[in-house]
Amino acid sequence: MTAPDTVPGRPPLVLVLPALAGLAFLVLPLAGLLVRAPWSTLGTRLARPEVLDALELSLVTATIATVLCVLFGVPLAWTLARVPFPGVRLVRALVTVPLVLPPVVGGVALLLAAGRRGILGGPLESLGITLPFTTAGVVLAQAFVAMPFLVISVEGALRAADLRYEEAAATLGATRWTTFRRVTLPLVAPGVAAGAVLCWARALGEFGATITFAGNFPGETQTMPLAVYLALETDPQAAIVLSLVMLAVSVVVLAALRDRWTGAS
Amino acid sequence: MFQRITAAAGSLALLAAIAGCGEVDDASGDGGGRTLTVFAAASLTETFTELGEEFEESHPGTDVRFGFAGSSTLAQQITQGAPADVFASASPATMKTVTDAGDAAGDPRVFTTNRLVIAVPKDDPGRVRTVGDLARDGLRVVLCAEQVPCGAAARTALGAAGVAVEPVSREKDVKAVLTKVRLGEADAGLVYRTDAKAAGGDVTGIEFAAAAEAVNEYPIVRVAHAPQPGLAREFIDLVTGPRGRAVLGRTGFQAP
Repeated sequence: MTAPDTVPGRPPLVLVLPALAGLAFLVLPLAGLLVRAPWSTLGTRLARPEVLDALELSLVTATIATVLCVLFGVPLAWTLARVPFPGVRLVRALVTVPLVLPPVVGGVALLLAAGRRGILGGPLESLGITLPFTTAGVVLAQAFVAMPFLVISVEGALRAADLRYEEAAATLGATRWTTFRRVTLPLVAPGVAAGAVLCWARALGEFGATITFAGNFPGETQTMPLAVYLALETDPQAAIVLSLVMLAVSVVVLAALRDRWTGAS
Repeated sequence: MFQRITAAAGSLALLAAIAGCGEVDDASGDGGGRTLTVFAAASLTETFTELGEEFEESHPGTDVRFGFAGSSTLAQQITQGAPADVFASASPATMKTVTDAGDAAGDPRVFTTNRLVIAVPKDDPGRVRTVGDLARDGLRVVLCAEQVPCGAAARTALGAAGVAVEPVSREKDVKAVLTKVRLGEADAGLVYRTDAKAAGGDVTGIEFAAAAEAVNEYPIVRVAHAPQPGLAREFIDLVTGPRGRAVLGRTGFQAP
């Protein structure tokens, strides 16, 4: 963290060439979208109310999901990094399950847990709380798939952080909570921010778990990725436009926030 | 550490993306025999798999390979030059994109039909009896999105029945509707007869007269540049013949 930003000397070609190839691999599909975009009708397609509804819903739900992930994910990451308990490896593996689970299966799993006949959803339903087919369900599905990104980032940052600062705080009489709040959290703030950004991006692009658990209804549960998928069925050009909107918004947000929050200069 | 983990997560995601592209794999038959490649709508999975096994038995040395997916995906793959011999679509409109592109040999033949039924969970919490019940307040109904064929059919059928339904969700395909009903998340949904039948005891299918206004026709055709035109003809004969009718009929399809 205290290392200088650059090291003298030319970057070796053996690293630069694969880096360029990797970049091209990631960017080429994007170029494909840009080339095929129906630029002449872009304005009228974008002004459609259902596009704006889907975009607004996506931005709002992804942001709420990220806030929830931070609230629950940071303590979880702290526990994994700082509290030695038996089975910590197993718990860490469980945390990454949503990463490897196909999102559609994640959606079915959420239905079995929080659906109206689910183990948690049944009691909730009797209290009058319904999650499937609601905007809250969208947030839940997004948080489920996105939280591992935050937990992994924050745990990595915690493990890399110098423990001596926390030890010093403890010797000066700070409680663990105070130490966490005043020392640990500021120390790993860039990691939290990086994790939150990844988490938000993942939530924004979430498709499988959302459509399976929350369903698809315009204005209620139809986020941008769902709108894109359904547009592909009948109007691929509209799907390209929607994708471009999502890309533009996320690139702007990520580029603006990432540097500011993660402290990269 | 963090970087290593993100790198690992990244490569996992990449692998998943590669594994996720629903192409038929290119491993050709290893017995040195002939391989017949059939692209068929996902709703034909059970019946065509069974017919394919019968075909292999009656044609020793022949391997039947299936690509099951959404009709429009398959049509796109065929017009992009995928080496298929036979194409069976779940809708004449999708078939038309293949014939229009000059990728069909001869005229497609409608070999079977499917129609919508009202699917309700086994214990029928919404007490649904008729199509009119679907309009009831508080009933959780799911339909296909209107962009996909089952959604267009639902709109036609409900329109013919004169019932205005406010669904809680418009699903991406008919299997998603079935899942919601199966799990009891929805009180009712419109699915195809074959889907209700495939769900066995989990759902009950209720027929309704207006479904006759939105019958789904399944055309089949030999692909123009079929690597195995002879086998393709024979397979189409099997599907359209009495044996095909019998197998299709057992799973809920109806004769054209």
